[in-house]
Amino acid sequence: MKRIDCDLMVVGTGIAGIAASAFASARGYSVVQTGMATSLMFAAGCFDLLGVHPVEDGTVVEDPFAALAELRKDQPRHPYAKLDDDEIRSAFGEFLDFCGESGLEYHVREGRNMQFPTPLGTLKTTYCVPRTMIAGVRAVEEKLPCALIDMQGLKGHSAQQIASILGDKLNVVASGSIVFPEMEDNAEVYPVQMGMALENPRVRGIFAERIRAVMGDAKVVGVPAMLGQYLTKDVMDDLDRRLGVEFFEVPTMPPGIPGQRLKEAFVGALRLRGVNHMLQKRVLCVERTAEGFRFEVGADWPQFEVFAKGAVLASGRFLGKGLQADRTGVREAVFDLPVTQPEKRNDWHEKSFLDARGHAMNSMGVETDESFRPLGADGAVVSENLFAVGSILAHQDWMRQKCGSGLGISTAYKAVKALKI
Amino acid sequence: MRTQVLIIGGGATGTGLVRDLALRGVDCILVDTRDLNAGASGANHGLLHSGGRYAKSDPHSAQECKEEGDILKKLAPHVIEDTGGFFLAVEGDDEKYIADFEGLCRNATIDVAKVDPKDAMEMEPAISRKTIACYSVPDANIDPFRLGLDNVSQAVSLGSRFMRRTRLAGFDMENGTITAARMVNMRTGEEFKIVADQYVNAGGAWAGEVAAMAGAEIGMLYAKGTLLITHDRLTKRVINRLRPPGDGDILVPGGTVSILGTTSVRVDSLDNIQPTIAEVDVNVEQGMPMVPELATTRYIRAYAGVRPLLTGTADSDRNASRGVALMGHEREGLKNFISITGGKLTTYRLMAEMAGDLVCERLGVSASCLTRTEPLPAADPWMWSDPGHAARGWLEKHDQGDVLLCECEMVPKSGVDRMLGTFDMSKDKPGLKALGRRSRVGKGSCQGTFCSLRLTSYLYDKDYLHGDEGVRNLREFLEERWKGQRTILWGMAESQAELQEAFYCGLMGIELGR
Repeated sequence: MKRIDCDLMVVGTGIAGIAASAFASARGYSVVQTGMATSLMFAAGCFDLLGVHPVEDGTVVEDPFAALAELRKDQPRHPYAKLDDDEIRSAFGEFLDFCGESGLEYHVREGRNMQFPTPLGTLKTTYCVPRTMIAGVRAVEEKLPCALIDMQGLKGHSAQQIASILGDKLNVVASGSIVFPEMEDNAEVYPVQMGMALENPRVRGIFAERIRAVMGDAKVVGVPAMLGQYLTKDVMDDLDRRLGVEFFEVPTMPPGIPGQRLKEAFVGALRLRGVNHMLQKRVLCVERTAEGFRFEVGADWPQFEVFAKGAVLASGRFLGKGLQADRTGVREAVFDLPVTQPEKRNDWHEKSFLDARGHAMNSMGVETDESFRPLGADGAVVSENLFAVGSILAHQDWMRQKCGSGLGISTAYKAVKALKI
Repeated sequence: MRTQVLIIGGGATGTGLVRDLALRGVDCILVDTRDLNAGASGANHGLLHSGGRYAKSDPHSAQECKEEGDILKKLAPHVIEDTGGFFLAVEGDDEKYIADFEGLCRNATIDVAKVDPKDAMEMEPAISRKTIACYSVPDANIDPFRLGLDNVSQAVSLGSRFMRRTRLAGFDMENGTITAARMVNMRTGEEFKIVADQYVNAGGAWAGEVAAMAGAEIGMLYAKGTLLITHDRLTKRVINRLRPPGDGDILVPGGTVSILGTTSVRVDSLDNIQPTIAEVDVNVEQGMPMVPELATTRYIRAYAGVRPLLTGTADSDRNASRGVALMGHEREGLKNFISITGGKLTTYRLMAEMAGDLVCERLGVSASCLTRTEPLPAADPWMWSDPGHAARGWLEKHDQGDVLLCECEMVPKSGVDRMLGTFDMSKDKPGLKALGRRSRVGKGSCQGTFCSLRLTSYLYDKDYLHGDEGVRNLREFLEERWKGQRTILWGMAESQAELQEAFYCGLMGIELGR
């Protein structure tokens, strides 16, 4: 085992883990980060703050800070109740600066949510929208003449469907399919493959002409998320200029390009800041030491021995393997922290998948103090320098409240600020 | 509408009967409130019984199973996987029951053979190391969906009609004769009548309700059974526990999965039949001593069906006769109403034959039953219902341009097109659930997370869906999948469910705006 010493170990590479590494590295801490870093975790590339409250009424939030005030009153145990508006604003501010440093351009309407079309034909409510989707927001807000175009052979993405369902929310002047240039013989096409191809100006030229043939009098053109993998800004600027319209992306089914872009940009930027990434690896065991923690890290067997003064647990829920369920209960996978949960499996999930209240399972999680230090079985803080952030926290339902990224970013911010190293 | 015979209920019996009569040249309409196999016929283990299970409790049924099993293996091999089966006992099981088994099977003419436990463990590595006795029997797996679909397909090709989502609202009667059946189209709400010479009640668990509409009475009990599907196939053969019938005593392989069953709980109502967590746990815990891997394996789904039992036939539901009950209702003064109920999937053909004989006698039709000798033709659109079949066919050969819409279970566009084609004839518009019932779509490890949106998009592109129909359709489909997932959400299944909710709720907000 190779020995590595650091100030902070970040367990998990979802948005909360990335944010923790970004905040910690900016403050001069030496950071080791481990996790599977899958692009699945960044689905659409947007960052939610709070999109729905109250969940049982399905009320879509326009002003997230006003809704946060309500949420803190209605759910005093919600992680957001441990954060004030200034902390959340600072967290987003610093995180968006980090995105800029990573080469990612984001748009925020201060204090207001935005909406853009999804592949299902619904509108997604979010707080920070990447450059690639901002014209979709304007298409909704200003009812701009809009064309929706899909790619033949891209499964699960029908322009006809989105146009048909969003007919009253969008001013759709054209919808249709095109065949992606030089993939005419492919039965099936993939966003990453097309995204790379569009970085070639010749392919882009043909693509633009095929779009022109079906876009009609549109001022904005929505296509599946595929406008470049690394040179997205160049691809979009060039397409906008050629056709005199604004392009926007509609997210595709996971795993999609927006998640891929984020993953690569974040990991690249953190690496430049000196963060030691142990990707595609996980913590196999952990023990307390006099100075902090000792981790064994590897894919299947221990390859690294990491001594850290502090740790941020951002390992996510079941999909991220931060929580594990068996027939009789739920446990936290790394530190074996107590998990707040209903007594019986029968109370984990409602009988209806789309039950308006959401499922109790999704609010199970780790209890913490006001600075997100986990509490042990005795109710006391486990360690001064151990924090749990993001979706592993109890008393939130990020999937229904549409608050996953915001929770990750702002809890990581407060945790890193509370480090005592 | 006019026909010779109206058959009410599209389960194994109704679909078997419509084919039986069509082969005798009788024109039929088959109706179902929901769809084919929507009741117990679609919620069983797909076991083609050797009869071994009934050798002690019901020797007559055991022998029926054995004979019918032989016929089906010969005439419908494409819906059957002739796996063979083991009956095995583990340490602690009842010695007397074990000792009697072989002789009882022989009495029922079942081809039974003793297997040394050591050999059994070598042949089936998943079975318990504590196996103390083992017998092989000719159990097999049968795909009840494809069976029903193939039966209906042949009947339709001979001129009969199948109308799904068509509910019986009542009968018009005159002096003990039914003059018309009042029907409701469940999709449009439209009411209409079907006039027939004979009306056959093949309502399964709902047979009592149908009979009541004609003024007849069938005393019925409902025994709910819950089963679980594993992610992987655990054994080659059907594995039965060699003990008196009980929970978690059978594991039936089929294609790429295995099915563990079955609990038995008396229920009073047929509404909202769903597996419970207690039933799931009982099956797992009772199954573990037989196949230890059942403790740790991944489950992808649980489901429940209702065994329709006739009252007053036995001391317990498990021992209740699974024999066939054919009723002409003459005593009640009815002239053209027949009920066929009881029985089991393995004997569906015999039930259809018996009902068909009575129908023909009343109609004055002299043609005799052909299903005992005529092979069941395989209808092409239904090849996607067999777990594992599609994979074999797909890898061997597929047309360029034909892509998979469901990747877990390998259902391609061309398969969906052929299924859609069968609806076009009747101007019926299938939703995701109907396609799911006719194929493996949504039944793989992702439980519909990926394929359901792909199918929805495909149906929009083909102009089958308009406006927000797709969102409603998806909600219904995901709810249907959820019924089967909710009770088995631990381990990998919980991660999968989280991905599904993150995608449909977190990203797309499908739960909002209703």
